[in-house]
Amino acid sequence: MSFKPLTIITSKTLVLQAANIDTDQIMPAKFLSMTTKAGLGEHVFANLRYGPDGELTDHTLNSEAGKACEILVAGHNFGCGSSREHAPWGLTDYGFRVVISSEIADIFRSNSLKNGLLPIVIEKSAHQWLLDHPGEEVTVDLKTCELRLPKNGGSYKFSVDSFSRHCLMEGLDEMGYLLGQDAAITEFEARHG
Amino acid sequence: MPKTLFDKVWARHIVTPETATHPAVFYIDLHLIHEVTSPQAFTALKERSLTVRRPDRTLATIDHSTPTKINSDGSRPYVTAQAERQVQTLLGNTRAHGIETHGWESENRGIVHVMGPELGATQPGMSIVCGDSHTSTHGAFGAIAFGIGTTQVGHVLATQTILMRKPKTMAIHVNGELGAGITPKDVILHIIAEIGVGGGTGYALEYRGNVFEDMSMDGRMTVCNMSIEAGARCGMIAPDEVTFNYIKGRKFAPKDYAAACEDWRSLRTDNGAVFDKEVRIKAEDIKPMVTYGTHPGMGIAIDNFIPKAGTKADQAALDYMRLSSGAAIAGTRADKVFIGSCTNSRLDDLRAAAALLKGQTVTIETIIVPGSALIKAQAEAEGLDAIFTAAGAQWREAGCSMCLGMNGDIGTPGDLVVSTSNRNFMGRQGPGVRTVLASPETAAASAITGVITDPRKIGEAA
Ligand code: SF4
Repeated sequence: MSFKPLTIITSKTLVLQAANIDTDQIMPAKFLSMTTKAGLGEHVFANLRYGPDGELTDHTLNSEAGKACEILVAGHNFGCGSSREHAPWGLTDYGFRVVISSEIADIFRSNSLKNGLLPIVIEKSAHQWLLDHPGEEVTVDLKTCELRLPKNGGSYKFSVDSFSRHCLMEGLDEMGYLLGQDAAITEFEARHG
Repeated sequence: MPKTLFDKVWARHIVTPETATHPAVFYIDLHLIHEVTSPQAFTALKERSLTVRRPDRTLATIDHSTPTKINSDGSRPYVTAQAERQVQTLLGNTRAHGIETHGWESENRGIVHVMGPELGATQPGMSIVCGDSHTSTHGAFGAIAFGIGTTQVGHVLATQTILMRKPKTMAIHVNGELGAGITPKDVILHIIAEIGVGGGTGYALEYRGNVFEDMSMDGRMTVCNMSIEAGARCGMIAPDEVTFNYIKGRKFAPKDYAAACEDWRSLRTDNGAVFDKEVRIKAEDIKPMVTYGTHPGMGIAIDNFIPKAGTKADQAALDYMRLSSGAAIAGTRADKVFIGSCTNSRLDDLRAAAALLKGQTVTIETIIVPGSALIKAQAEAEGLDAIFTAAGAQWREAGCSMCLGMNGDIGTPGDLVVSTSNRNFMGRQGPGVRTVLASPETAAASAITGVITDPRKIGEAA
């Protein structure tokens, strides 16, 4: 359940311009009947990547350059809709470690943080720059909570919940922490019946 | 200090308060599970040799991958072997951990958000989670109820808690008198069109005002169900006599009912409590609503014209829907009608559809799927099924069905489906399928005419 620690990621970006990309688009329902997580990267954004007969399209997601990208930049309000964790599982299995947008839906953001995928909400101007410059190499530094753009594009601060940041940097999941709360939980249950 | 309903229920569930460095440890009273978002959580438990801490606070059902037809030999036509395996996995896991499960043989089996309230398991003041974003439905009872991911399903199974920071609060006031024929679905579609699909992100909503006070529990559930479509993880309505009458006598209703009601009455938002944000809507402004785009915020009154696309995304949505700005939405040709889902599959909804379909004939394929086996039985006892089948509609077994099409109930590419569900995302009801969200009344009216139809016009014609 744990994942690779995440501190600094420098990578070219893969850009999906559309706004309101919902989790149905990230991971279509027909792949939700899996009872494991393995291999979901093959199905991520399936409707963009495969034609009606399952043939590969020429979408960037299918290119070698695309597959090398660890940073996904998406239009406003990414990850809305269904709570399916299959969405971040698919994205991380594909190879993404960071997703950047100007707004990211709550449940998707929470699910991502639990799977070593860093969701970053960035101010409009930096977001627009990223949308306009697909494939540029950018750096995400979780130690300083900074996004650095190339060509003197400057750097931008982002915020991450401090506990989630700690877990991401150490590659820890939250289960261990919650299990450590056992005494407090038992005491709570005794009080509340 | 005066407190909101949300504040009061939140405070009751704090095991360890949040700090600058740590989120709160939040206790969960009721955990609902289903086949789609639980298998990997049970695997995680097994990997760490953990057990389920409170099987008595956990309830399971099967709904998403379940067929809504039965073969002539009594077997069930699963869409794939994998779908059947997923159902078997759930049943195996819950048996192994001693979790009450409403499987095929249970008269309460059904969509998880229909089942919880029907069993009386959903109660005011509770914290309720499920690996499903429409868990917000249960907020209709004055509970804090929200969807979680599978990792958190594992956390709740093992510890009955999750880590969470307190969201902000937003009050949505709807006061005034609703016009004749305006339904709870129209109210919530109007609200989402007003505040936008991301408008509720980061907030817990409280629906306030006489419009919600006057609604039945079925209607309140329709409203709270779609809170997530505005980006809010949860939406609540203060519990009152309507709530108490609904729960009374159900399987999990508290033994000392008077004492429970007394406590629940204290949950209402205090006078003078402050919300982080407030939105006010006039009931008189709400008309029958339909969507014309590819997210639930793209809704308009049924007698309105499709708006200009303001952005590239809006234009892409119109292109997908094959609709043009400036055209009237009413009168658009439809191919199918779906009445069902955790938004609109309860008795109120079925009665409303039957009132329109009585003595009529549907001109396009119409699929009606009750929310639970219990609703199916109740509808049949009232003769609603006879009205539906006489009109030429299909009357199916309970489940999620065409709301997300995981069980194989999908449209054909290009179909326009008038649907009482909650999401009109691209491809949600099958590749290339175009979804128009509407109330059961509008869906039934459209089934009769074969075009998107204002249900208020059906009576006129007859
Ligand atoms: S009916 Fe639709 S929205 Fe509701 S739980 Fe089932 S799939 Fe989800």
